[in-house]
Amino acid sequence: MVELVSFYLLDPFAYGFMRRALVAAILVGAVCALLSCYLVLKGWALMGDAVSHAVLPGIVLAWMAGLPLALGAFAAGMGCALLTGYIKDHSRVKEDTVMGIVFAGMFAAGLVMLSRIETDIHLMHILFGNILGVGWGDIAEILALSGVTIAVVFLKWRDFMIYVFDPAYAKVAGLPVRALHFSLLVLLALSIVASLKAVGIILVIALLIAPGATAFLISHDFRRMMILAVLMAVFCCVAGLVISFHADIATAPVIVLLQAGLFAAAFGCNLLREEKSGIWHAKKTKTG
Amino acid sequence: MNDKQDDLITVEGLSVFYANGHKALDHVGFTLKSGVICGLVGANGSGKSTLFKTIMGFLKPATGTVRIAGMPVAQALKQHLVSYVPQSEDIDWNFPVLVEDVVMMGRYSRMGFLRIPSREDREKVTQALEEVGLTAFRRRQIGALSGGQRKRVFLARALAQEARIILLDEPFTGVDIQTEKAIIALLQDLRDRGSLILVSTHNLGSVPDFCDEAILINRRILAAGPIAETFTEANLAEAFGGMLRRVQLGGGALHDDEDPRSVTVITDDERPLVLYGHTENQEIMPHRDEKAGKR
Ligand SMILES: Nc1ncnc2c1ncn2[C@@H]1O[C@H](COP(=O)(O)OP(=O)(O)OP(=O)(O)O)[C@@H](O)[C@H]1O
Ligand SMILES: [Mg+2]
Repeated sequence: MVELVSFYLLDPFAYGFMRRALVAAILVGAVCALLSCYLVLKGWALMGDAVSHAVLPGIVLAWMAGLPLALGAFAAGMGCALLTGYIKDHSRVKEDTVMGIVFAGMFAAGLVMLSRIETDIHLMHILFGNILGVGWGDIAEILALSGVTIAVVFLKWRDFMIYVFDPAYAKVAGLPVRALHFSLLVLLALSIVASLKAVGIILVIALLIAPGATAFLISHDFRRMMILAVLMAVFCCVAGLVISFHADIATAPVIVLLQAGLFAAAFGCNLLREEKSGIWHAKKTKTG
Repeated sequence: MNDKQDDLITVEGLSVFYANGHKALDHVGFTLKSGVICGLVGANGSGKSTLFKTIMGFLKPATGTVRIAGMPVAQALKQHLVSYVPQSEDIDWNFPVLVEDVVMMGRYSRMGFLRIPSREDREKVTQALEEVGLTAFRRRQIGALSGGQRKRVFLARALAQEARIILLDEPFTGVDIQTEKAIIALLQDLRDRGSLILVSTHNLGSVPDFCDEAILINRRILAAGPIAETFTEANLAEAFGGMLRRVQLGGGALHDDEDPRSVTVITDDERPLVLYGHTENQEIMPHRDEKAGKR
């Protein structure tokens, strides 16, 4: 028994790259899970997808200018969010439509740049991440970016919750609604940038939605929702890493699959419970 | 001097346009004092919600000013003077918050940077829940409540906030008579403690029952002031145009003798407004027989 545990759970982390991957996965999973609670409730799922795709041209431009790639990515992500808001406010087009145009356009621009410019940027690594290749330098960067997000959410989670739940009341009660709105966008962009090395542009959206969605199904209050989301995300990241090590498959997709599996399980449990209580209820009304 | 200090809402020459150029409010002006329940009455699209949004600072007026307790709106909001009970349709009832969490939101603007509730905050929440009769439901998720209970949660939030001005947009839609009476009793209690309550409603008949004043609006102000002066047939006809049903009973249909008095029933399919007396000088009839509606 002890040997089995040791073989499956501990041995992988004898390798330095696995230990680094573990730290990165836990950080990224936790920070995305925290934000996912807000995104799911605010209806910003597509916003997460848009910002993550839109970072590509920023990365290329930052590389050309010799700036840190994270900086370019962050600027482009925020640019996408702000441009979307501006166009929505100044036209009759719905927000999700605008987002579709803005982020697809920016992503395409990034792809065009990459195909015309000689860079040492690996497109595959940006699209799908390369968690097994993160170094301690990368981890320091992830720690800084996600640390800011975690700290802000930890301090201000109630303000963000009121803003998402009832923005009109938040404003009337004198809360700084605009500041909260833009802070949430900044945190979203920050955590996407933090996740790039680990899971890449395409799959980060799963980390930004699945934990919140699953926790939403099984919680009645917001604090519990956040705690559950983080616990589930961390579990999926660790388990995904271990499974991918033993089965020799890419890590990020395994993590995402596990999260989808948890969502399906929560959904199934809910259905069962509703059915049970429904039957129970029907019986009760019949006999009573 | 003292008069001016009592003025809680002062609106002057207020015009508001929407982005498409639609003029929703046209030179609106009125003054409301503390200790008053005022009904904001008007047909669909007459600008009631627009007026609320402007008072709450969501819409910027093209001309004119709104002052709250003598201050500009933004400053008054920072001092948590204004509370707002949203229309039910504006709330996500699946949101994972408990009843007591929502009521606690009324205290947030008073809390420090970290929004940690003090003992006083907890006491006020408990007290507010008790006043609206939701103590037993305080740990329920808000979606697991009936329509009337849901309304009372948000009323409790306004109570906990201890705001001097409470705005309610259509609080009586989808609420049974009993809950309506409970809400009205609460509002009257708040008024007696010195709050100003502004209620928008379609429910013509109940306005004279619980409001002290009324503002009749149709893009511009048609009448504003005490109920007895504003709630006349002529004003209502102007406010609602052809949208009201009006039945007048008189002569043989009502009296066996030569009594010239007649009854006028005005309704928009909710609670009717009943006027009785000499045709030119009818008075508003109170609704005494509530039980009849309940069976
Ligand atoms: N966002 C908007 N853009 C353009 N016009 C608007 C907008 N919102 C409202 N209006 C118009 O402004 C006018 C006033 O609307 P408002 O919502 O204030 O009416 P209301 O009195 O609240 O009506 P109801 O009784 O139906 O709630 C209406 O003619 C409406 O069509
Ligand atoms: Mg309205």
